Amino acid sequence: MSAEITDPELLQAGLNVAAEPREVREHAESDVLGFWVFLMSDAVIFALLFSIYGTMGNATAGGPVPQHEFKFHSAFWETALLLTSSFSYGMVSLSLKHTRHRIWPALWLGVTFCLGAGFLIMEVRDFLTLFHDGATPERSGYFSSFFVLVGTHGCHVFSGLIWIVLMGIQIAMFGLDQRTRLNLIRLGLFWHFLDIIWVVIFSVVYLGALIK
Amino acid sequence: MKISSPLTRDFAPYFIGYLLAIVLTGCAFSCVYFRLLPPGLTFTIVLGLALIQVIVHMLCFLHVSLQRSARANLQLLIFSAVIIMLMVGGTLVILFNERARMM
Repeated sequence: MSAEITDPELLQAGLNVAAEPREVREHAESDVLGFWVFLMSDAVIFALLFSIYGTMGNATAGGPVPQHEFKFHSAFWETALLLTSSFSYGMVSLSLKHTRHRIWPALWLGVTFCLGAGFLIMEVRDFLTLFHDGATPERSGYFSSFFVLVGTHGCHVFSGLIWIVLMGIQIAMFGLDQRTRLNLIRLGLFWHFLDIIWVVIFSVVYLGALIK
Repeated sequence: MKISSPLTRDFAPYFIGYLLAIVLTGCAFSCVYFRLLPPGLTFTIVLGLALIQVIVHMLCFLHVSLQRSARANLQLLIFSAVIIMLMVGGTLVILFNERARMM
């Protein structure tokens, strides 16, 4: 089943497996497919959180309303940071494939980490402002669903940052061997996936509320 | 980094993807910022732009393609889509029913 993924797909992702023995190639392919299964299960979680958020649109219970609480500029810059981090992770995959030296993937990994950390710091500051304004999760059904949805995404970004640090250590200790490359590909799928979730969040949650 | 033709070929999807992402995000944010259209229409446009951007990210960053994709990958996507429809649909039915009872 796993052998049905064609070589170019993995090559594109930055794994030089074409010259490797068939067993290595098949192993790598099934590992990547397995990670897709995990991502899809994550997509189910986010789809459910979005559907609950959708039903809570007007459930502010007389408390703070989102159109006054959300800041246009911080939503914009958070989006810019995360989009750029997705591009810089693309450069990790690219340098994995096209350069021999481990410094390039490590460098782009560092750039991705800084952008992701910047995003998370901005988000935490937004949350603190919301708390200060009395828009806490227990205030209304709307803010319960908001914090669960956006908070779950934030937790994912945080675990992504930890994963980036771990990959930095792995690159430093083992270099770019087969295992490190596979882990970097899986981290890339995870990171790009989080970016897609954020696209839906900024459109539905932030812009959806600011339109009103 | 040595500049060669395969490198340029692999760099292209990321560059195009990033460019499109910037343009689509810029359009969505400026639609809301300048308030040129009524809210309902603006929200529809924003959702449309988001859908396009999700597809762009899938194609350019995640390299999902229908031609090269294996049957296993396609089956996985379809299975997930069915599960999501069932669970989201069920959730919405229950929540709207609850709301109707509380009114």
